[in-house]
Amino acid sequence: MAEETERKRRRWHIAVFLAPAILVYTAIMILPLFGTLQLSLFTADGQSRVFAGLANFRQLFLDPRWSASFWNALGNNVWFFIIHMLVQNPIGILLAALLSSPKLRFSPFYRTAIFIPTILSFVIVGFTWKLILSPLWGVAPNLLDLIGLKSLFVPWLGKEQYALTTLGLISVWQFIGIPMMLIYAALLSIPDEVIEAAECDGITGMAQFWKIKLPLILPSIGIISVLTFVGNFNAFDLIYSAQGALAGPNYSTDILGTFLYRTFFGFQLQTGDPYMGSTIASMMFFIILAGVCLYLFAIQTRLRRYQF
Amino acid sequence: MAKATNSLPRTIAAHAILLLYTVIALAPVVVIVINSFKSRNAIFRTPLAPPTAETFDLIGYQTVLGQGDFLLYFQNSFIVTVGSLFLVLLFGAMAAFALAEYRFKGNTLMGLYLALGIMIPIRLGTVAILQLMVASGLVNTLTALILVYTAQGLPLCIFILSEFMKQVSDDLKDAGRIDGLSEYRIFFRLVLPLVRPAMATVAVFTMIPIWNDLWFPLILAPSESTKTITLGAQLFIGQYVTNWNAVLAALSLAILPVLILYVIFSRQLIRGITSGAVK
Repeated sequence: MAEETERKRRRWHIAVFLAPAILVYTAIMILPLFGTLQLSLFTADGQSRVFAGLANFRQLFLDPRWSASFWNALGNNVWFFIIHMLVQNPIGILLAALLSSPKLRFSPFYRTAIFIPTILSFVIVGFTWKLILSPLWGVAPNLLDLIGLKSLFVPWLGKEQYALTTLGLISVWQFIGIPMMLIYAALLSIPDEVIEAAECDGITGMAQFWKIKLPLILPSIGIISVLTFVGNFNAFDLIYSAQGALAGPNYSTDILGTFLYRTFFGFQLQTGDPYMGSTIASMMFFIILAGVCLYLFAIQTRLRRYQF
Repeated sequence: MAKATNSLPRTIAAHAILLLYTVIALAPVVVIVINSFKSRNAIFRTPLAPPTAETFDLIGYQTVLGQGDFLLYFQNSFIVTVGSLFLVLLFGAMAAFALAEYRFKGNTLMGLYLALGIMIPIRLGTVAILQLMVASGLVNTLTALILVYTAQGLPLCIFILSEFMKQVSDDLKDAGRIDGLSEYRIFFRLVLPLVRPAMATVAVFTMIPIWNDLWFPLILAPSESTKTITLGAQLFIGQYVTNWNAVLAALSLAILPVLILYVIFSRQLIRGITSGAVK
């Protein structure tokens, strides 16, 4: 009997401890997420809302006015992600590998300095680079002139063929600190015995990195890849700060985030459309979910055998 | 034992690469800040030179502080960040304690449910969040932002803190129970002080994205009296694109508070990351 009441009292504690977090999280995050998925199945009919099934998705994929913008945004987003994977992560790994060598001096200084861009807001980063790359100001042409390459200068952010890649590289500049830190942490956690054993076998330097360390940090590289994926397919702020909601020049830097913003809020002559906005948000949800699931079920389970 | 990996040429190469990248990381910020202290002519004539006695000019800062309501924006950002941070840490720690300490039906499921938010960004629910805020009359209030950022910050906070709370010794808690402490006292008096370092790490991780966010202030609270510093800077700079002194000064003013906080907390942040808090 006493045990029974004791257990009941305990149960109340659990509820009290969990309730605030669960309430806020469910009300502000989970319900709106499903609400948005649900809204994508409706459309406006005058003032009222009517069920439309998959008509919004059909419109997004098949109506040429929508599908052209959608595929453009998706394609740009994929390229944005590829730039991060090809530039950000290898450079991050290189920097982490250099930082983690045991007798390197000033390593806290390098770590702190290289992480600084990551803490700045997109607004600062976007405008800073816009000014620096601006042909009006001339910082970038002057710098190129110093190494005799002034002829290479083009207003990168203003040219359709370069703008997206430039923004991708700016984003890499901003976020390089994250892969660097996570890989650095992974490299530090490799037990000394493993490294000593490798040295006894005569595996040192580059060979040691490729054959011993890299396989051991693969799980961290997997996590960084999925974090990059989620971050990139959810990106908005940098493009909005640097190029505005129209993602110019001529939509060449439009990604799913800016496309969602324009559709939801409207721009210039087009009025905002919450239903198509929800449809785009739902597509982003499915894309991110697919990426996360691919990582959880296909990649992570295969990587686990390298862990200690 | 002389290791091949520490030979002189290798060390020099390592420093050269790291130094080069440090310059790439810092140069843009330095260029903006030094030019914000120069006169308009000097900004264009010698953009890479530091300000000298003749070129030193504070006209940009005078414009910014005279025109924009930066003090108010700053105050809004501060309220939103501190408010959300407090709620994230309090609610997050309570939930993490429940998940780490008690065995109950649905414990694992609850953990997974809360972890969902780590991977799925809250931004995707924006359309319905805006409708919710309109329905509850919270549009253009700081409360709306605080609620959204609390929901956004909770999943990672709970995930990290419950890992740390599992390490708190059971003997200590049981000793407290024998002394007749209630479960609430055990949590607030015994467990919370012990996980304070982890709380500091979570605080830094939660704070940076909130302070820097542009999306939700733009959508939920764009009115003049609720603008955050990030949104305010965005609009101000957009308005003054041709006034280079003002733009550079506004950027520098936006950089400085974050930079100062970072320098104070950087050891905490880096220790947090490298101790494997985020895996």
